Amino acid sequence: MPDLEEMPVLSVRGLNVRFGRNSIPAVSNVSFDVGRERIGIVGESGSGKSTTGRAIMRLLPQRAGVTAERMDFLGSPLLEKTERQMGALRGKDIALIMQDPRYSLNPVLTIGKQVAEAAKLHLGVGGKAAVAHARDMLARVRINDPDRVLSLYPHQISGGMGQRVMIAMMLLARPKLVIADEPTSALDVSVRKDVLTLLDELVRENNSGLILISHDIRMVAAFCERILVMYSGRVVETLSKLEDAAHPYTRGLIAAMPDPKHPVRRLKVLDRKSIEVETNP
Amino acid sequence: MIKVENLDVVYGSKDKSNHVVRGVSFAVSRGEALGIVGESGCGKSTVLRSLAGLEGAWTGSISFDGKPVGKVRTRDELKLAQMVFQDPYGSLHPRHRIGTALAEPIRSMGAGDGWTRVAEALQQVGLPAHFAGRFPHELSGGQRQRVAIARALILSPPILLLDEPTSALDVSIQAEVLNLLADQREERNLTFILVSHDLSVISHMCDRVLVMQNGVFVDELTKADLQAGVTHASYSHELFDASFL
Repeated sequence: MPDLEEMPVLSVRGLNVRFGRNSIPAVSNVSFDVGRERIGIVGESGSGKSTTGRAIMRLLPQRAGVTAERMDFLGSPLLEKTERQMGALRGKDIALIMQDPRYSLNPVLTIGKQVAEAAKLHLGVGGKAAVAHARDMLARVRINDPDRVLSLYPHQISGGMGQRVMIAMMLLARPKLVIADEPTSALDVSVRKDVLTLLDELVRENNSGLILISHDIRMVAAFCERILVMYSGRVVETLSKLEDAAHPYTRGLIAAMPDPKHPVRRLKVLDRKSIEVETNP
Repeated sequence: MIKVENLDVVYGSKDKSNHVVRGVSFAVSRGEALGIVGESGCGKSTVLRSLAGLEGAWTGSISFDGKPVGKVRTRDELKLAQMVFQDPYGSLHPRHRIGTALAEPIRSMGAGDGWTRVAEALQQVGLPAHFAGRFPHELSGGQRQRVAIARALILSPPILLLDEPTSALDVSIQAEVLNLLADQREERNLTFILVSHDLSVISHMCDRVLVMQNGVFVDELTKADLQAGVTHASYSHELFDASFL
């Protein structure tokens, strides 16, 4: 039995995702390892970053062809698991936090019911104990007055609070791997930082791996040790610092962001032709 | 160009009333770009909607070009200020072709059927003229926002009101749209009011920024302040901190 603490949480080699038979691949030949660390996946819409996250969770529809030389979670291949085994894994060992809490929370159940359900399912505790777990977890994500929030419905809380509830629900079972898909893009700037710091703190505490998927390269750079830059389904570059960016797409992406400290009259736009040349030599 | 005094907006009545904008005053000179920044619910979009004539419940006074305008606008008053909305997916009619959408403002102003100006309007925002025959779902988000800008500019208004024009777009597409807006501003000497929660976009586009919280302006920043990171109120300092990680 290999040492579980030493080996990477997730190891992906040559991941390909294709929708339909003769279509262009949405993700092609993506390889990376996630240890007990925070890695970021950055790219524009349609670059395949979310599809990669969903392929790991095996949440893509049937018609999506997912193949990989290797996609191991703690040493066991994810692609060989049955749907039933995946069901036991999802939420308990691998958690996915999605973009908008308004869509990922059930609108007709109270927050308490939903968070307690996660406790019942993954911790195997019953009624009262599950609610107690839910209350503790809400307090842990710095929600003031968790007893009141337990009885509220999703439409009665703000977006930032909703995303905290999602984090509470997803991290309750102390998953080994957390995939956060644009966790803050539906939120206000002023609460974005709080939510990210909270997520970072809890992931460190549980000693889990985090994959942060976002289009905001600056934000990802501030939170992650490594950044994978994706463009049209491929990983074009892996960075540890923004300053090291060498690929024209990454440099273009950084130059396209307005920076108040270095004002320019016109922003740089991406030169897609030169990127294509560089990506498909 | 724009002068607003004691603008007050209250929704609802009596015990259920919600005081959204609390007596704000500001002025924008011709050719200036003013930014309004703040978190959701602070009233920044409501100020913009009142200026555009979309809001019916305001009190105070608004004047464009020295002439006061009322709650119900005449055609000439409407031609002075046009608006670009946040979500290009929601602001174009899904079953109207792009050409129809672009000709609409001209027709509704009683200035002909507008078809002759569609091709030119598309080219001005960097889109090919044959896009007039397409439907909104056949365009990308950035292209749709270009159409929305073309529609706002087709009446040649001196004032453009921008409500989070790029927050639904990718960073790379955002740069293209911001460049387009900057070019059009220079070419037509437009006056901008740009509302956003993104300080970096605001500071790129605007000469002056008002920071809004709970319906009032708590801070005013010049371009030099933004560059140096100077703030005059604790709230704007917080906002600064959160925006640049």
